Amino acid sequence: MRKPKRIIIREEYCMGCRLCEVYCITQHSKSKDIIKAYRGEEPRPVSGIYFEEKGFVSFALQCRHCDDAPCLEACITGAMYRDESTGMVLHDRERCVGCWMCIMACPYGVVKPDFGERKVASKCDLCIEAEFPACVEHCPNEAIVLVDEEGERIYKEAV
Amino acid sequence: MAKAKYRPEFIVQRDDEKCIRCQVCVRMCSNDVHAYYPDTVISDSFKCVGCHFCEDLCPTGAIAIRRSEPHIKENYHWSGTDVYNIIKQADTGGVLLTGMGCDRPYKDYFGHIVLNASQVTNPSIDPLREPMELRTFIGGKPEVVIIGKSSEPELRTQIPPQLELETPIMFSAMSYGSISLNACKSLAKAACDFGTCWNTGEGGLHRDLSPYAHRAIVQVASGRFGVNKEYLDAGCAVEIKIGQGAKPGIGGHLPGEKVPEEVSRTRMIPEGTDALSPAPHHDIYSIEDLKQLIFALKEATRYEKPVGVKIAAVHNVAPIASGIVRAGADFVVIDGIRGGTGAAPTLIRNNVGIPIELAIAVVDSRLREEGIRNRASIIAAGGFRSSADVVKAIALGADAVYIGTAALIALGCHLCQRCYTGKCNWGIATQDPYLTKRLNPEIGARRAYNLLRAWSLEIKEMLGGMGINAIESLRGNREQLRGVGLNEVELELLGIKHAGEAW
Repeated sequence: MRKPKRIIIREEYCMGCRLCEVYCITQHSKSKDIIKAYRGEEPRPVSGIYFEEKGFVSFALQCRHCDDAPCLEACITGAMYRDESTGMVLHDRERCVGCWMCIMACPYGVVKPDFGERKVASKCDLCIEAEFPACVEHCPNEAIVLVDEEGERIYKEAV
Repeated sequence: MAKAKYRPEFIVQRDDEKCIRCQVCVRMCSNDVHAYYPDTVISDSFKCVGCHFCEDLCPTGAIAIRRSEPHIKENYHWSGTDVYNIIKQADTGGVLLTGMGCDRPYKDYFGHIVLNASQVTNPSIDPLREPMELRTFIGGKPEVVIIGKSSEPELRTQIPPQLELETPIMFSAMSYGSISLNACKSLAKAACDFGTCWNTGEGGLHRDLSPYAHRAIVQVASGRFGVNKEYLDAGCAVEIKIGQGAKPGIGGHLPGEKVPEEVSRTRMIPEGTDALSPAPHHDIYSIEDLKQLIFALKEATRYEKPVGVKIAAVHNVAPIASGIVRAGADFVVIDGIRGGTGAAPTLIRNNVGIPIELAIAVVDSRLREEGIRNRASIIAAGGFRSSADVVKAIALGADAVYIGTAALIALGCHLCQRCYTGKCNWGIATQDPYLTKRLNPEIGARRAYNLLRAWSLEIKEMLGGMGINAIESLRGNREQLRGVGLNEVELELLGIKHAGEAW
C-alpha cells in the first residue's frame, strides 16, 4: 500500500484564526466561491477540520489517513474506503447510510456528522479535486503543511 | 466642565455584503475592536490602532481601515493631533508615549539627493554579466601596508579584527523583550543565511538564538542586561550603546509585566521586576571613561573581535565620533532622528536628534580631516527605506547601514506605532504567547532574507550604472551625488555639489 500525502500540524505557529475552515468549506461548496458558499448555498458543507483551542494553544486537525484506519473497520457499507493508488482514506457519500460508526471509531475525532442533504459522515479528502489542500494553501502562518510519503514538504508551486 | 470625548483615529469600514461572519477579525484583534453578536459583526473604531491585521486576514476583503477625517476645525497651527494630545494629557497628567521612528515632516535629505550614472565617457557595468562586489569589512584598517623584505612575498601588516559582510546592510539592535523571540529568530536566521549581522540589543542572548550567535553583534548598554563572559564570547562583535536615534539622552524601561521567565533568564534579572536602563552609563562621563570600557571589552574578548560604540546623531556628533574613534572603537554607529524604538516619549522621539544624512556626512568629513577615518568604520542607522537610501548613505561616507524598521516591515509591521502597548497583532513587539506565535520564524526569516537579497541586487544595479564594480569604490565617493533643491549650507554640510554642476 502506498503511503498518502499527509497534512502536518504545527501548533506552535497556529494563531487560531480558523481561516482553514473557511477555505475548506469554500473548496467543498458547489460554487467554490467564498461569498456564495457562505451567503447563498444551503446546505453549507461541513469543514473537514477539527479545530481545538485551549488557552493560547490551538491547532487545526484533519483526517490523518491512518495506516491502520479504525474507520475502515467500523464502516458497515464500505463507504469508507482506501484509495490504493494514493493511500488516502476516502469517503463515498452515496454509499454512506449515516450510521456514524466511523465517528465513534475515529481516535482523532476528525470525522464529523453532516446533516446537510441527508444524514452522512464527512471528513477531509485532502482536496482531491483541487490537487492542493485549501487549508494548507491559505494558512497565513504555515501552521499546517503538506508532506509527501517521505515526510518532505510539498509546496503549492510544485504541484 | 464637560469631559472631552476622544475621536477615533481610524474608521473600521465593513462591507456587509462581503462579510461572511467567519469571525476571523473577532478572534484575531488583540485590541478587541471586533465583536460578534448573533449574525452580525460590530466594530468599535475607537479601539482601532490601524495595524491592518484584520484587513489583511479578512478572506473576502470586507474590512477596510480608513483614517478618520480631521475632526476639529481646520487650523494651521493647532492640528487635531496637538489638540487631542493636550486633552489626553489634561486627563492623565502623563507623558505621551509612542513607538517606531519620528514621523514629523522634517526635510528628507535622501529625497533631495540624486545619483550619477555613466554615459559615453565611462562605461557602465552590467551586474548580471560581470562580477559586482558588495563584500564589506567592518573594523579598523591599518595605517600602512608593511611588506616583508625577503624574496618571498610576505604581508607583515597587522590587520585589526574585522566583520565580513556579504552586503553592507545589517539588522539593527532590537532586544529580546522589545520584540518577540520569533522576531529575533527571523532576523538572526536571515542574517546568518545571507552572511550579514544581526544585533542582540540590550536583551542578552536567548539560548534559542545561540545557533545564530556567530553572526550576532552583542550589545552592552547602560543597564548591562544579559552581559557575561559567554555572551561576549558568543557574538562576532561587541557594541557599546550610548544612545539611540529615537530617544537620544533617554534610558529604557521594560515594565515588570513584560519580564516573564524567559526574558528574566536572558536578561539575568528577577522575574517580574522592571528592567531599567539608565539614561547615561554610570561609569562613562568622558571619552576617557569610554576608552576604559572599550578596552575592558577588548581584553575580555582577547582583542579578537571589533568593539564599537553606538550613539544617537546629535548636534555635536562629529567631535563625539572623533573622540570615540580616538578612544579605540573599531566602528562607530550613528543613529539618526528617524531611528525607531519600542517605546519612547513622543515629544523626545519627534524633536531630539538630527537627520542621519547630515550626521554621516559631517562625521565622515571630520574623521577624514583629522586623518583617522581608517581607524574605524561608520555604520549609519535610522530610517533607511530603500536600497537607494543605502547607496546614498554609503556614498556620503558610511561603511554599512543598519535597518530596523524596514526589517520589521518585512516581518509584517504596518507602522501603527503602538509597540509600547505589547499588543502587537503581528506578533513582533509583544511577549504575549497568543500573539508571538503569529510570527512563524520560517516565514519571517525567508522574508527578511528576501529583503536583503532584493536590496543587494538593486545596489548592484545602481553601482553598475555608475560604472563602479565594488561597494568599496562608492564609499565616501560624494562626486556620485548631487543635491536637488538644497541650499548652500546643506550642500556644504553634505559635501556634495548641486545638480547641474559638473565634476
